[in-house]
Amino acid sequence: MKRADSSRPQEVVVPQNGRPSEPIRLSPRDSAPRLSTVSSRADPSLKLGETRVPIASDLDIVKARQEGRRIASDVGFSLTDLVLIATAISELARNIVRYARNGEIAIKSLSNSVHSGIEIIARDEGPGIKDVDQVMQVGFSTSAGLGLGLPGVRRLMDEFAIQSKLGHGTTVITKKWKN
Amino acid sequence: MEVPILKQHDYLIATIQAALTDADLLHLRDALVQRVGKFRSRGVIVDVTALDVLDSFASRTLRDIAHMIRLRGADTVIVGIQPEVAFAMIQLGLNLEGVATALDLEEGLAFLNKQVKSRTLADRTS
Repeated sequence: MKRADSSRPQEVVVPQNGRPSEPIRLSPRDSAPRLSTVSSRADPSLKLGETRVPIASDLDIVKARQEGRRIASDVGFSLTDLVLIATAISELARNIVRYARNGEIAIKSLSNSVHSGIEIIARDEGPGIKDVDQVMQVGFSTSAGLGLGLPGVRRLMDEFAIQSKLGHGTTVITKKWKN
Repeated sequence: MEVPILKQHDYLIATIQAALTDADLLHLRDALVQRVGKFRSRGVIVDVTALDVLDSFASRTLRDIAHMIRLRGADTVIVGIQPEVAFAMIQLGLNLEGVATALDLEEGLAFLNKQVKSRTLADRTS
């Protein structure tokens, strides 16, 4: 077992594409893992300092957005951004409860020498979305109760990506950067 | 977390004090619609000053409350939407169309007084 370990790189953060780029600095809270923090050995660049909130009921929606707000506050986001981030998490978590019943919201602070920000990932293994393009185009308003409110979430955040497979679930990855 | 509903003369005042779950919001809706009849209230104020998120579900429920209260013959005004919350709502495409809003409780009461007065006048002249 020891041999296998020594042949592997130590737990350092490596640029994913192998290109020399600015080193990713860890914020203080990343280096002090708490109970809810996952510190994965397999892929530190992806998982370090990630907080995961299981989503199964409307109570978890409130939990997820409060946790997101707390982490975003640690990153140093403005009050306006904290509300935008919390609102985006609320919409993503509600989609999980409504359409997939179960899933999780993973929240991570992002930091390199130039920028800091936050990443929100909403994962579920629900029914999936038949036509992602169509869902992303549904009218401007989510208030009519149509659509999933995803175009709204995209407007609240800076980066937005969605993967969905019918019968296998949906993953939405969004990021917001601090100005 | 239940929202306390105060009866103040002809009005009901619901002050939301902490983050609400979807179930809490629906409970508030049903309680208000029911109590407007029980107390023969003329107006309802929902104070959301303490809310730091008004997402699509909360907005839709507030709009439903206002429309249902209207059908019960009373007026509703939403007060205390914070500037950051207003910004997030607009980004999401939510605008509480057709729902009366006011800056704070004081303005909300002034609005209801005006509404009730103009309605009473309309009743007399018709």
